[in-house]
Amino acid sequence: MTLLRSILTVTLLLTFFFTLSPAFQSDELLLDDEEFGLEGGRPQTRPSSPNTAATTTTTTTRKRIPDSASDSKIQFTLEHAFGDSDFSEAGNFSARLKTWSHGAQTLTKLRFSRDAFTEDEKNKFQELLKRDDFYRIRLPSNVLSPPGRDYIVSSVKARCLPGDGLEEHFVIHTEGVNILAVNYGAPGACPFPRQLKLPAKWSFKSHTLLKNTEQAPRTPIFTEELIGGEGIEGELVQPIERSFWAKYWMYMIPLGLIVMNAVTQAANMPEEQAGGQAGAPPQQGTAVQRGTNSGVRRR
Amino acid sequence: MVGQKNLKADKDDLILVFGKGCLHAISGIDGEVLWRKDFASESIEVSHIIQSPEVIYVAGFVGSSKFYVYEVNAKSGELLKNNHVALPFATSGESLSVSGDKFVVLDDVRSKIVTIDINNGNINYNQKQVSDLIKDSSGQAVILPSKLPGLFALKINSQVLLIKVTNEGELVALDQIDNTAAFSNALSISEDQHVFAFVQYEDNKIQLSVKDVNDWNGALLKENLVIDHQRGNIEKIFINNYVRTDRSHGFRALMVMEDHSLLLVQQGEIVWSREDGLASVVDVTTSELPVEKEGVSVAKVEQNLFEWLKGHVLKLKGTLMIASAEEKIAIQKLRLRSSEKSKMTRDHNGFRKLLIVLTRAGKVFALHTGDGRIVWSTTLHALRKSEDCEHPVGLNIYQWQVPHHHALDENPSLLVIGRCGPSVTAPTVISFLDAYTGKELNSLSLAHTVARVIPLPYTDSTEQRLHLIIDVNKHAYLYPRTPEAIEILKREFSNIYWYSVETDNGVIRGHALKSNCIHEIVDEYCFVFRDLWSIVFPSESEKIIATVTRKSNEVVHTQAKVMTDHDVMYKYISKNILFVANAAPKASGEIGTATPEEATLVIYIIDTVTGRILHRMTHHGCQGPVHAVFSENWVVYHYFNLRAHRHEMSVIEVYDQSRADNKDIWKFVLGKHNLTSPISSYYRPEISAKSQSYFFTHSVKAIEVTSTAKGITSKQLLIGTIGDQVLALDKRFLDPRRTLNPSQAEKEEGIIPLTDSLPIISQSYITHSLKVEGLRGIVTVPAKLESTSLVFAYGVDLFFTQIAPSRTYDSLTEDFSYALLLLTIVALVAALFVTYVLSERKDLEEKWR
Repeated sequence: MTLLRSILTVTLLLTFFFTLSPAFQSDELLLDDEEFGLEGGRPQTRPSSPNTAATTTTTTTRKRIPDSASDSKIQFTLEHAFGDSDFSEAGNFSARLKTWSHGAQTLTKLRFSRDAFTEDEKNKFQELLKRDDFYRIRLPSNVLSPPGRDYIVSSVKARCLPGDGLEEHFVIHTEGVNILAVNYGAPGACPFPRQLKLPAKWSFKSHTLLKNTEQAPRTPIFTEELIGGEGIEGELVQPIERSFWAKYWMYMIPLGLIVMNAVTQAANMPEEQAGGQAGAPPQQGTAVQRGTNSGVRRR
Repeated sequence: MVGQKNLKADKDDLILVFGKGCLHAISGIDGEVLWRKDFASESIEVSHIIQSPEVIYVAGFVGSSKFYVYEVNAKSGELLKNNHVALPFATSGESLSVSGDKFVVLDDVRSKIVTIDINNGNINYNQKQVSDLIKDSSGQAVILPSKLPGLFALKINSQVLLIKVTNEGELVALDQIDNTAAFSNALSISEDQHVFAFVQYEDNKIQLSVKDVNDWNGALLKENLVIDHQRGNIEKIFINNYVRTDRSHGFRALMVMEDHSLLLVQQGEIVWSREDGLASVVDVTTSELPVEKEGVSVAKVEQNLFEWLKGHVLKLKGTLMIASAEEKIAIQKLRLRSSEKSKMTRDHNGFRKLLIVLTRAGKVFALHTGDGRIVWSTTLHALRKSEDCEHPVGLNIYQWQVPHHHALDENPSLLVIGRCGPSVTAPTVISFLDAYTGKELNSLSLAHTVARVIPLPYTDSTEQRLHLIIDVNKHAYLYPRTPEAIEILKREFSNIYWYSVETDNGVIRGHALKSNCIHEIVDEYCFVFRDLWSIVFPSESEKIIATVTRKSNEVVHTQAKVMTDHDVMYKYISKNILFVANAAPKASGEIGTATPEEATLVIYIIDTVTGRILHRMTHHGCQGPVHAVFSENWVVYHYFNLRAHRHEMSVIEVYDQSRADNKDIWKFVLGKHNLTSPISSYYRPEISAKSQSYFFTHSVKAIEVTSTAKGITSKQLLIGTIGDQVLALDKRFLDPRRTLNPSQAEKEEGIIPLTDSLPIISQSYITHSLKVEGLRGIVTVPAKLESTSLVFAYGVDLFFTQIAPSRTYDSLTEDFSYALLLLTIVALVAALFVTYVLSERKDLEEKWR
């Protein structure tokens, strides 16, 4: 019973997820959605690295400077080609173009809706899989006046795409209204001896990400004192802090030896006196005394 | 700039300098600019300036048929008069000044000679058909640029016609010289005597003649000499006179040859020669020396027995201190030649190599790394001036065949690529050379052009490397043209990728091979390719200014980098990686032409198989020129920071995050790691890039990195500074992990405390006090000894050294005292014996007691 229920929840969750990924399709709720987005963010999981100008990042900036930007919605098409065939339409990207008060324009909130493969396209794709050929896509290099100067082309070996269904991953590099490049491929691995595998489902699971340029880290600038204290050579030459023992061991060891010597002598002294009572007068050298004494004892 | 100087330079004479359309009069006393007259607005192509005490005439063409003369007051620079004449035809080529106020120029079909005479600012011109002067005037006539008083030389085919211009402007043919090579300018040897020299070819000899301008019948000098035909034709000749012992005039001639070498000729002999072609090195490669063969006799090494004996006698003299200065030099030379360093065989440490350099003149030199001598030199037949190939240029030199299996009986060979003319659409010539002898094995004139040469990482059974030559019409051609090469290529057909950078267009494209060419003639070595990806940079904000890749033969020792906290980072190591630096179009000029606000520098790291941008970063307020070097998983680049008014160097290190979780020992035990799985470019890379910038004092001409045989030794950056020196900077200084106060553990690892600028330690100039004048490039080659890297820097000067970035940890230094080591061992052994005997004896005594 519990097992059945858990399976049910899993499937429910899965369907929820699946419906979310192509949830890009509905764009009528865009305004509402944005307000929602401000509060809770979109339910989608996107890598929130600081360099990605994904939805969340830009909305926060917008929060800071209210009324400094105006929005407009734009659309551009994705085109694809099978091997060396001509390009044909394959889907639609829609994004929000923000115009800032200083004139700069940025793209945010990218959504993607992919057209399903037609029968003809399916055949062509299967042909590609058999030949291990390239599946190519292209985007305009300028979203306002497509195609701009030239198309941005990207391609992937067709055998990389089929997973459970067909999986693809777009990273679109933008600069204002220009698209520089698109990193296109399978979201996961595609190990080299590419096996021929037909997709179980002919539906695309698309992941998209907008990426903007990253600021280079500033060169550290130190104050004058620091540079002054640094020495001419540039390398910090500091006297190494050493322990007392490390500093004076060369004095300590002879001292220790002397002490030890003295102690042993002192220890020997009573013995001698005990051993050689009858013996020598006190002014005789100790060494000689000891020598004779030991000799006496051994015999 | 055209500099014009009065020959009879008096102290208070004017010095006239013409440049950028403006005539400047400079006082000869204090160098003050007295006046300037601007001609830029007149759109005149000023070609002559005639100076007289009162007035200065400035003459030149506007367009190709209007001749203008401006008369300028010499005292004030005031324009007195201007006059012009429109010729009824267009002219071609430069006009030549024959005497003070007479010029000659050819018309555009080169059939008429026009003499222009300026008499007090009035222009007169005469014209004369070339065919009136010479019977056979079928060839193209050219006026030679030699300045001879009252004369000029007209070249038709291989003949040169000397024509005198009379005072009335009439042309009189004086002489006709066959097979002429070069003409010198006139040289005045006394008040009214002007001489000039010319050279003629005669069979395989060269005849040098010096004649008086006014006396045609007798020659002042006639000498025959033989010049090595490797030097090519004589391009230019200059003469200089001296007084002989018999008080007559003697002449020396300096000849500039086709291979850019200089010869000084006197008394029919070459007094000295210089290989000045080496000042214009275009490309460098290296070759191993022959393997030392057993049983080479003394006589063979020392040429012959007599030479050998003579050498020994010399050395004996040297030791007995009775050698003269010349003999001492000879002894030095002998010592150098016989020293270990300059042997012509391979050494154990791999220090001895041949540096093969290609010069702009199309000559190939092999230099020995031991003493820098020229082992051989060859002027490539394919790169000689000829009818089909008027302006040949050498482009690249590659290792074509490096025999490992047959190293004893086969010589390595080289591939030289050249082009007939500076444009990419000019036809291509390729040539194959033997690396040990310099013999040209084969040369081909190709039907296609060359835009790029890609050495492929495959070799055939004779160890010839496969090369793809890409032409401008989007075809790829395979070399060598053998069926075996085709077989190898077919096998790897789908694994060959490359990229092309269109700098003007701001586009980078990736390519892969598609199929054979579709031509009328079937060529199975020709392929078409397709575009796999493209990156289009916005032309209004970015312009490509530098692209750098990794060296294809670089060896990386370890993929993992252990951090201070015993954490492991995996380097992102890919051969197919490209660094691109883009500057804002406004700021792509000189430093100082753009404000910090409009200058940005955007840098990219791109995978060249899939076209993925792996990393992208913007430096605001910075601009080029960018010099960069890519090695292992890091790139170091140099640029100018406009806000800080200083040069900066940045480092980016790229790490692979997808392998980052391979740290658990249990995963290794259970085999659940992905370290052994093959890497494909179609993986979605998870990358983390670390970056840091530092100030750097110098501007830079070139950056290189040391390369060693196994890549274990730590790296040093070799920076060619603006002062034409090479600075070695530890890569540790350009570590993005440097912090202000490194912990004890970090210090032990070798992390240097963070500073804002990179130190320039004067001891780390590997050029010491020397200057490599006009430094253009640095090449590093690994030696066989892991610790050592060979460095070759070239410019006008050439410089070679060995460096050991982490000291020579794997070999003993040259001054290591083996004698002391032996002595110590002997002493220890002796001591061992003595103590043994002593202790035995003592024991015995003990026992007896």
